[in-house]
Amino acid sequence: MDTITQLRNDPRPASAPVPLAQLQAAHKRYGKVIALDGVDLEVHAGEVVSLLGANGAGKSTAIGLMLGLLQADAGAVTLFGRPPGALDARRQTGVMLQDGGAHGDLKVHELLALTRSYYPRPRSIDECVTLAGLEGLLQRRYDKLSGGQQRRVQFALALCGRPRLLFLDEPTTGLDIQARQQLWRAVRELVAEGCGVLLTTHYLEEAEALSDRVVVLDRGRVVAQGSVSQIRAHVGQRRIRCVSALAAAQVLCWPGVRAATRDGDRLEIVAETAEPVVRRLLDADPLLQDLEVLRAGLADAFIQITAEEEAA
Amino acid sequence: MDAAIEFPVETHSFQSWRCYLLEAKYELLRQVRQPAFVLPTLLFPTAFYLLFGVMLSRSAAAAEYMLAGYGVFGIMGAALFGFGAGIANDRERGLLRLKRALPAPAGSWLLAKMAAAMVFAAVISLLLAVLAYTLGGVALAPGQWLALFAVNVIGIVPFCALGLYIGSLVGGNAAVAVVNLLFLPMAFLSGLWMPLSILPDIFSRLAPVWPAYHLGQIAMKVVGHDAGGSVWLHLAVLTVVTVVFFVLARRRLAAAA
Repeated sequence: MDTITQLRNDPRPASAPVPLAQLQAAHKRYGKVIALDGVDLEVHAGEVVSLLGANGAGKSTAIGLMLGLLQADAGAVTLFGRPPGALDARRQTGVMLQDGGAHGDLKVHELLALTRSYYPRPRSIDECVTLAGLEGLLQRRYDKLSGGQQRRVQFALALCGRPRLLFLDEPTTGLDIQARQQLWRAVRELVAEGCGVLLTTHYLEEAEALSDRVVVLDRGRVVAQGSVSQIRAHVGQRRIRCVSALAAAQVLCWPGVRAATRDGDRLEIVAETAEPVVRRLLDADPLLQDLEVLRAGLADAFIQITAEEEAA
Repeated sequence: MDAAIEFPVETHSFQSWRCYLLEAKYELLRQVRQPAFVLPTLLFPTAFYLLFGVMLSRSAAAAEYMLAGYGVFGIMGAALFGFGAGIANDRERGLLRLKRALPAPAGSWLLAKMAAAMVFAAVISLLLAVLAYTLGGVALAPGQWLALFAVNVIGIVPFCALGLYIGSLVGGNAAVAVVNLLFLPMAFLSGLWMPLSILPDIFSRLAPVWPAYHLGQIAMKVVGHDAGGSVWLHLAVLTVVTVVFFVLARRRLAAAA
């Protein structure tokens, strides 16, 4: 079988663990639209992998394949080394889909009881309540909850089965900062217990806060992957801000300057490396104040990676 | 597969029968919590029967005929609205997708919905029997009461299949509209409200087109007012209807997910 030979050819030592979920050269198209164009992706126990990308980049398709909701047109998909539809593999996974979906006319404790009954070793109700922050919500009807509360219930449903692999498709959309941080804490707790997590998100600070690895998708292809700092380093640029009378157009002509813009009395410069530009700035304008040099965040890296792809 | 990850023993020995029970229990609870479904489903057949079968009825034979007819009418509503429109709603809200992503055994939601429809059919059948016995002056042998009950409860299956197909084709609101378009004309044209013999001949000749006619005829046969067709033929037609619509719906649902 394909899967097995490929695993044997894997350059890693034989003791390397089988990934919890794996896509190998996965292709998927909807009619003429190519959703995934040869994507390789692995999630291992005890790590958080973040899938980043714009809408339509293929994130949800990748999750759909791993969950067995979709069939790949080509390539191999495995979940715990099995075909993704297998019931015993699905019993090791928890899932929070992007479009939510829960029986609105059931109460929260009923939804939990039903979902727990699908799993051989579910968490206790109390444990679910604490992890997902459902205090005081158990007796409420799901459709009477706020959007953020519903998202927390969905998170509880995802973790109630004590999964070894958790799929979180944009889990914190609609959550306030506090609820988001509670969810992050819970995810870290699960990961510390050895759970693997595949996360898709629009919030880059979420990926920065949680991920061990980041995979950037653009129009169905992996355009970058690595740790958060590797992705950041991929984009060596620095952002320099200061109050200065220098003209943006003048600074833009300096070597190493990629962009220069003026916002009121502030000048903002994007440079490949900060030091030579800063030196020249200070020479050129002795009155310069409020100098700041920022490392590129994941957001800058992400924008640049996808922009480079578009230019290519 | 040597690449597969070993699971703890309890994963393999896990008996999931309990989730079938819970699924059915909560499905019933969901339907009971929707007054817009419960009230028409229970009130239409009983109120119509009370009016036409009891108050306006001129003979015990008419009361018997209508007991059988309104029973089939009532359970058909429970199956088409509760099952068909319910599935369309669930599908629209992404519930079926979630069930497939969760380790819910395949088809457990289908069985749960069917069980809920059967409970509604049983309640409708009992309500009608009480009205017929107490107010309508209908006297049947115990075996006849039981047979009528069984026809009503088991008779939902072909209409669940039809409802499933409708629910797989269109969204929630559209499904209610389609079911309404189908439900009332089919009940009338199948002779569930009045004998087709009092209508022009063409109605009797076209009636076998409708699945409701065949279930209606089986129910009428129990009370001795059928048109004289073979039970086996009616059963065969209903079986074919069930299989065809289940297969069609399955294909639609598999493609849509």
